[in-house]
Amino acid sequence: MSNKRSRQPSGFVQSIKKFFLSAFVVLTFVAYILHVRRPSPAAASTGNPSGPTQAMDTVDPNANPGPSQAQSGPYKNGTYTGPAVDVFYGLVQVQAVIQNGKIVNVQFLQYPNDRRTSVEINTQVMPWLTQEAIQAQSANIDIITGATLTSEGFANSLQAALQSAKN
Amino acid sequence: MGMPIILEIIEPCVTGAIFDEVYDYFGYVDRKFSTYKEDSEINRINKGELSLADSSEDMQGIFRLAEETRLNTNGFFEIRRDHRFDPSGIVKGWAIYNAARRIEEAGFKNYYIYAGGDIQVSGKNEKGEDWRIGIQNPFDQAEIIKVLSLHDCGIATSGTYARGQHIYNPKKQGEHVNEIVSLTVVGPNVYEADRFATAAFAMGSAGIQFIEELQGFEGYMIDQHGMATYTSGFERYVVHA
Repeated sequence: MSNKRSRQPSGFVQSIKKFFLSAFVVLTFVAYILHVRRPSPAAASTGNPSGPTQAMDTVDPNANPGPSQAQSGPYKNGTYTGPAVDVFYGLVQVQAVIQNGKIVNVQFLQYPNDRRTSVEINTQVMPWLTQEAIQAQSANIDIITGATLTSEGFANSLQAALQSAKN
Repeated sequence: MGMPIILEIIEPCVTGAIFDEVYDYFGYVDRKFSTYKEDSEINRINKGELSLADSSEDMQGIFRLAEETRLNTNGFFEIRRDHRFDPSGIVKGWAIYNAARRIEEAGFKNYYIYAGGDIQVSGKNEKGEDWRIGIQNPFDQAEIIKVLSLHDCGIATSGTYARGQHIYNPKKQGEHVNEIVSLTVVGPNVYEADRFATAAFAMGSAGIQFIEELQGFEGYMIDQHGMATYTSGFERYVVHA
């Protein structure tokens, strides 16, 4: 199964595919943690694409994390390593760090590098991306970047982009 | 022009002339490209009163840049929709960049220009340090969730949150874009940062991967659950409290 796609013509299409696959693995692992730690109807849907989403839904962006809220989230604190999962291009393993009941970091521990094809693909597309929960900062700043009310045109171009992305 | 513009120049020899020049320039850009102004050049093109071939050099330049960006982003950047053109997604960064060049030509090196959330920074701030840029919390605009230390580069944020979360295209295939609410891009200049932030945001959660693969760019994406994903080189800009 893992050697089927030895040649991928389009780096971009491939990269999106990889990203979603990797994201799916990560999300599935999060759901897995939930399932192991606190069996519930939501966790029972592990493996179903809606399951991981439900798990992520419980991370409240507006909550103010603090010592008093330790263990208040749906997850228990600690570092969790997921099982190595076979995706079509090889094995992927991730690690999640939970603090104050929230996911604060997710890292890839293992990704396919044992086959030449995979190595080629991965030098192009393996995301060296890191995740964290956003948190309020209090430092002196000169200016702020953010989306503004002027994004009308942007919204239009977005809609057009979505149309073209459909094909 | 319906959006805040801020120019700060640190040099002690600065006079009001450069501020007038820069604000006049933004006024000129607005009169030409605003789709909200009935008689703007872009609206005359959209109404069929003016052909692109007969339009100004700046207008033709923007169309060329928009086409180049469309090709650079696998079609995720597009100014044409329903037989109308709206180049807003590229004009802001372009205008800030051009204004910055005017400031440089006037001999100033330590400044920033801010227009509608996007910024070009140059040199140092009044403390003689790199400029400190805060990234706004998309869920609470009074809050900063990241502080970056930058010099001589551009930073731009695309997002839908300022217009209300999830209001965009609620019915159809827009669902996947609702997954992310904010994408901040740091690039070699504000024009580059702006156009790639716009296009990458349209890609949904895959956009951050697109930025990761772009040489010389870093990004910070926030999803609807308050989880951020950032590129491998982003950390070097971050100021830790």
